Amino acid sequence: MALTQEDILAELAEIVEEVAGVDKDEVQLDKSFTGDLDVDSLTMVEVVVAAEEKFGVKIPDDAVKDLSTVGDAVGYIQKHQD
Amino acid sequence: MGILEGKRIVVTGVLTDASIAFHAARIAQEEGAQVVLTAFPRPSLTQRIAKKLPNGGAPVIELDVTNAEHLATLADNVKQYMDGVDGIVHSIAFGPQDAMGGNFLNTPWESVATAVHVSAYSLKSVAMALLPLFPETGGSIVGLDFDAQVAWPGYDWMGVAKAALESTSRYLARDLGSRGIRSNLISAGPIKTMAAKSIPGFEQFDGVWGERAPIGWDLEDADPTARGIVALLSDWFPRTTGEVIHVDGGVHAMGA
Repeated sequence: MALTQEDILAELAEIVEEVAGVDKDEVQLDKSFTGDLDVDSLTMVEVVVAAEEKFGVKIPDDAVKDLSTVGDAVGYIQKHQD
Repeated sequence: MGILEGKRIVVTGVLTDASIAFHAARIAQEEGAQVVLTAFPRPSLTQRIAKKLPNGGAPVIELDVTNAEHLATLADNVKQYMDGVDGIVHSIAFGPQDAMGGNFLNTPWESVATAVHVSAYSLKSVAMALLPLFPETGGSIVGLDFDAQVAWPGYDWMGVAKAALESTSRYLARDLGSRGIRSNLISAGPIKTMAAKSIPGFEQFDGVWGERAPIGWDLEDADPTARGIVALLSDWFPRTTGEVIHVDGGVHAMGA
């Protein structure tokens, strides 16, 4: 069954907390990974790998470039989940 | 039977599944080797990537090659997983941003020193750290090079560091030859990895290889380079040492 936006956000927030050490309550749709959450490029790679594992989606490098906010990532995962 | 059957290999430099080292570890496992990875700066990322290896994983040891304590404890840490080492893959390079990108004439020594320490001196550091684990029959050390015989756009002091790596490998070949340990480098064509993304002007190489590689070159395909690494780790280059093997589609041999 497809996950809702809220489900994905909650799971993604946990990943960002675990990988980047950002409080999960800070991980909101309008926050940018680099600007607001201070996630550097290598940490972002790990967030992506962890999200791929968790949600069973493939997020290619070309797509990662366009995921500047948490909302972008949630939207991508929602659109591409099985 | 694979060409690395029974071999115990330490692979540095697996960062993502695009890393050349990842493909070397993958093919090494496929060819029968037992593999231990070392990781820096994000061992947790390397651990996640290791799950994508054919054997479903590999142990990961944190190793900052500029950290004396990491180097001093490396052999003991590896021994937790393997009773010896038959080969090392050195796939480590780093240059501060001001050491690349056309800033050659203004790069401060500190940045050059970092580039040489991490990218060249570390070949010796890792080799010596693991030397006690090599059997009497010897082994093979393989490093990753980018042709340092010529100057490249943007590569700058990383190019100097690679020249130092080439020389370091020759001296290792000299000084470890009596132990039966070979030291060789693979001089690879450009491959789109995380490391490549941090090289300003990397896309310029695309054109050079697209036009000049007589046998063709795919920047997305690390397989040919990884196969070269595995071949040098195997028993099929038994009297080759101090060598730089080009896996670059033939670009090094073309005048234009």
